[in-house]
Amino acid sequence: MVRFILSKLLYLVPTFIGITIIAFSFVRILPGDPVLLMAGERGVSPERHAELSALLGYDKHVVLQYFDFMGRLLQGDLGNSLVTKRPVLDEFLSLFPATVELGLCAIIIATLIGVPVGVLAAIKRGSWFDQVSMTAALVGFSMPIFWWGLLLIIFFSGILGWTPVSGRISLMYYFPDVTGFMLIDSVISGQKGAFVSALRHLILPSVVLATIPLAVIARQTRSAMLEVLGEDYVRTARAKGMPQYRVIGIHALRNAMIPVVTTIGLQIGVLMAGAILTETIFSWPGIGKWMIDSISRRDYPVVQSGLLLIAALVMVVNLLVDLTYGLINPRIRIK
Amino acid sequence: MNDQLNATAPVRLTDAQIRRQMIGEFWFYFRQNRGAVVGLVVFALLVLVAFLAPVLAPHSPTDQYRDALLVPPIWQEGGRSGFLLGTDAVGRDMLSRLIYGSQYSLFIGVVVVSIALVGGIIIGLLAGFFGGWVDNVIMRVMDVILAFPSLLLALVLVAVLGPGLTNAMIAIAIVYQPHFARLTRAAVMSEMKRDYVTAARVAGAGRLRLMFRTILPNCLAPLIVQATLSFSSAVLDSAALGFLGMGAQPPSPEWGTMLAEAREFILRAWWVVTFPGLAILISVLAINLTGDGLRDALDPKLKRS
Repeated sequence: MVRFILSKLLYLVPTFIGITIIAFSFVRILPGDPVLLMAGERGVSPERHAELSALLGYDKHVVLQYFDFMGRLLQGDLGNSLVTKRPVLDEFLSLFPATVELGLCAIIIATLIGVPVGVLAAIKRGSWFDQVSMTAALVGFSMPIFWWGLLLIIFFSGILGWTPVSGRISLMYYFPDVTGFMLIDSVISGQKGAFVSALRHLILPSVVLATIPLAVIARQTRSAMLEVLGEDYVRTARAKGMPQYRVIGIHALRNAMIPVVTTIGLQIGVLMAGAILTETIFSWPGIGKWMIDSISRRDYPVVQSGLLLIAALVMVVNLLVDLTYGLINPRIRIK
Repeated sequence: MNDQLNATAPVRLTDAQIRRQMIGEFWFYFRQNRGAVVGLVVFALLVLVAFLAPVLAPHSPTDQYRDALLVPPIWQEGGRSGFLLGTDAVGRDMLSRLIYGSQYSLFIGVVVVSIALVGGIIIGLLAGFFGGWVDNVIMRVMDVILAFPSLLLALVLVAVLGPGLTNAMIAIAIVYQPHFARLTRAAVMSEMKRDYVTAARVAGAGRLRLMFRTILPNCLAPLIVQATLSFSSAVLDSAALGFLGMGAQPPSPEWGTMLAEAREFILRAWWVVTFPGLAILISVLAINLTGDGLRDALDPKLKRS
């Protein structure tokens, strides 16, 4: 097992270096002057130009700049935002819990609905439930989620008035960050109604973000389950006279879950892309919205480091998924 | 005995006959999937609408009727017969804009898939055919691209290249290309071991001939399926970029861009938000349905079961 983990880790090193090169070079590959580019249409005075160039190290050779960048990166210095002047890492860490809370809720919704639906659709293959749920899954899979979010806002916020349109909690509540998760912090604060307010803010964005993963998980569970149900050991279990729920629950489901766990894990990339859109629609103060805002403000140090952090995060989660896969499926480990 | 042998002796078919038979077999399996046929029909209609846009659209997509701002669809109170699906905030006809928008979506899909497909096939062929360090270097680079969430990488690329339709298409194509490269490589590697490749090699076929004439045609099935799936993702992602202000720029009637312009009116005028999104959903759904059918018809593993 240790060798398995080590080999996986070693495999990540070139990918990580590649990610740093892309994140680094995206400002540098531009034709022209990065300082002028950041200044945008307003332009920049010659003094300010020299000052910025020196500050950002653009007066050195590109290769040297890359090593500078890597050196600072390894010390945990990801540069400062041009707009807020705060360290990028601090900003990232303060916004990250909001995105994690949203993403976790989305993946929980997607799993809790997607897996049972997939299992049931497989057991009742060809039934109306199978057909309706798989059609719904295909619609969900094809959904432009930015539009889906707007529709839900029209219906639940506009017509029914049940949910707020934006933010994480009503402005009338204020309490200190303990965990960064609004649902937990609102309970800790003990303020009446805070938890409900946080929940009402969270529900629509979570549903929107969960849509595509839910569709993927339901489809994947169904096909994994169908494959397993045709296996000899399931037939054996049935032949032994085992009740249906044991055959499905113990023999089939456990084996069908192996690819499903991977699918769930791999949704993290989908969630990050979805978070950009969902957070923009619901003005959710997480890293997706932060990246979009930074791109439109031409805050390139933030874009650069944010890109790096998100890619590294996705990479680490994919590694964890790989390792879990090895844990629950001994066949992989031995190979 | 002799008679029997003669009777079952294979009939020699011409190339054209074989091709017709293959298409017939493909259509037989494709037709079994009702959803796929519906998807294909909707997609064909979409293509038709895109080509006939100047004939079908009642108005120009950019003409602003100053006396008809945010007119609701015809069946709602205040609707006008001149504007079937209503008008947007500056008085442009929604229906005409939607019709012209189909040109954008199809154009984006075709361009993105073509670039990603050609690039991915060449890169994947090189990696699979030569193996060794060439393969290693290429696949590590592909891994790096795949490590980024696709929409984020496309966004950043567009931010670097400058917002606009062309740059959005290039960015999306770059992000999709590794999928094609990986698929091609895997298919090439399994085909390389086959006898017919060895035979061609022994017969003196050059590298280029081996790669493009001998091996590539046998790797096409998974690539076609991936191309369909990428087509629908390209429509979705370009609409998302348009929605975020990084794709096609106003006043072009691209569906995602239309949604972005409509955002501030969501609680006042439902139609400016609902129709463009519905158009995106229907097109993407039609393409995905077709893709599912293609996969069933082309994947010999599923065919048997």
